Amino acid sequence: MTPSRVRISGLCKRFGRLEVLRGVDIEITPGRITAVVGPNAAGKTTLIKTILGMVQPDRGTIEVDEVVVGRDPTYRKTIGYMPQSARFPEYLSGREILGLVGGLRDRSTGLDEELIAQFGLDRHLDKPIRTLSGGTRQKLNAAVAFLFRAALIILDEPTAGLDPVAAGILKDKVLRAPSEGATVLLTSHIMSEIEELAQDLVFLVEGSVVYQGPVESLLEQSGESRLERAIAAILVGATP
Amino acid sequence: MSTTGKVLVSQLRNVARSRWILGYGLLLALLTWLLLQFGGSGERALLSLLNVVLLLLPLVSVVFGTLYVYNAREFIEMLLAQPVSRGALYTGLFGGLVLPLGGAFLIGVGTPLLLLAHGGRDFAGQAVMLLSVGLLLTLVFTAFSLCVAVLIEDRARGLGAALFVWLLTTLVYDGMILLVTTTFDHYPLEGPLLVLVFLNPVDLGRVLLLLSFDVSALMGYTGAVYERFFRGSGGSVLAFLMLGLCAAIPFFLGLRWFRRKDF
Repeated sequence: MTPSRVRISGLCKRFGRLEVLRGVDIEITPGRITAVVGPNAAGKTTLIKTILGMVQPDRGTIEVDEVVVGRDPTYRKTIGYMPQSARFPEYLSGREILGLVGGLRDRSTGLDEELIAQFGLDRHLDKPIRTLSGGTRQKLNAAVAFLFRAALIILDEPTAGLDPVAAGILKDKVLRAPSEGATVLLTSHIMSEIEELAQDLVFLVEGSVVYQGPVESLLEQSGESRLERAIAAILVGATP
Repeated sequence: MSTTGKVLVSQLRNVARSRWILGYGLLLALLTWLLLQFGGSGERALLSLLNVVLLLLPLVSVVFGTLYVYNAREFIEMLLAQPVSRGALYTGLFGGLVLPLGGAFLIGVGTPLLLLAHGGRDFAGQAVMLLSVGLLLTLVFTAFSLCVAVLIEDRARGLGAALFVWLLTTLVYDGMILLVTTTFDHYPLEGPLLVLVFLNPVDLGRVLLLLSFDVSALMGYTGAVYERFFRGSGGSVLAFLMLGLCAAIPFFLGLRWFRRKDF
């Protein structure tokens, strides 16, 4: 797989009176790990959902590998998505879900079952989802995102709800993703996690991008050594 | 298999396991059996079944459909992140509701009728009529349920709206017709009433069934007018087409909203 390039220009979205995205321009470099950070309600999840076509923007365009995101769903063949909380049909078993999603996707690249093995999911796959614990669902959620060797992997708060061991396994997987041919886009609130994973940073505040670029340049610019401090410095500067 | 087909199959599995459908089929079978056992001859049992078809069927279809779509929110969101178009997903949802609901009705009512009933000459035709009207009403009210669930985000309000649709079509609408007839009883109302009946799928089903049961005399002079219209000029064909339209309009309206919805 060649890692995907994502170009977002002039993206606006409002929900009723609430302006969630106000003219967002982002360029996500292929083969790198980009983290979207920002305070609560900054528009991170909405941004991700517009890339997936789940939320339709009022204005602006999104291109994934030169294909403009619209009604045609084919571009999603090469995207792996892990939503914030696992959203699976309750009565189906893990295996049925893998079968269903697998049936809808291109499997010519072969399956990546590494996470299923490392999480020890095999023995849970035949139980209905509703009997699984929150953590196990989240593991399945992560495994599905990586299963199809996607060229673009989107993770929304990936380690929330995972125990430290599982979170470690997932983080290692994310770090290996660029060498396996994927661009990674993730959101997180945990600064240490972003320092550990991200190479590039998109910083959203109230629906506008206040910084985008490599993590090191942000640290240099702000003169801080820790990301948390650097981001706090920008936040103080950005708030009127 | 097409994308819609794959969505449909997995959804059928999900619905089949929720046991609701099984209960619905069994309830219908029990009702039919009881009516056949204690309600007299085949024709009379059919006439009692008419009320089941006209009241219970729309209620179950619209409520079950609405609740199902709210519960399938996860399923819908999961599939939207896959290479599945919204149209295929919506059609799969509709099919995944109509097939089990219609199947439960056909098997639940059809089996006892087939095994136990011994009616006169017209019985078979009347039974087929009952089953077809029932199936069409299932289509109509499932389409309504999709509309409601797509348009209204909140589950409690959505359920309220679904019940409102049912009340409106089964009770309120007839009340309004009654009001119109008593208010304007000095005027010849057969024409306008025919039009009013055509606008409500439940009334349309009722008239179709009553006429096929040869009990139009129960409806007095209006019955005679209906009789002439539906027997004479291909009126039943028109009525069936209209019922189909009653399913198609909410179906496509719901599809339109579904395409624009944010998840």
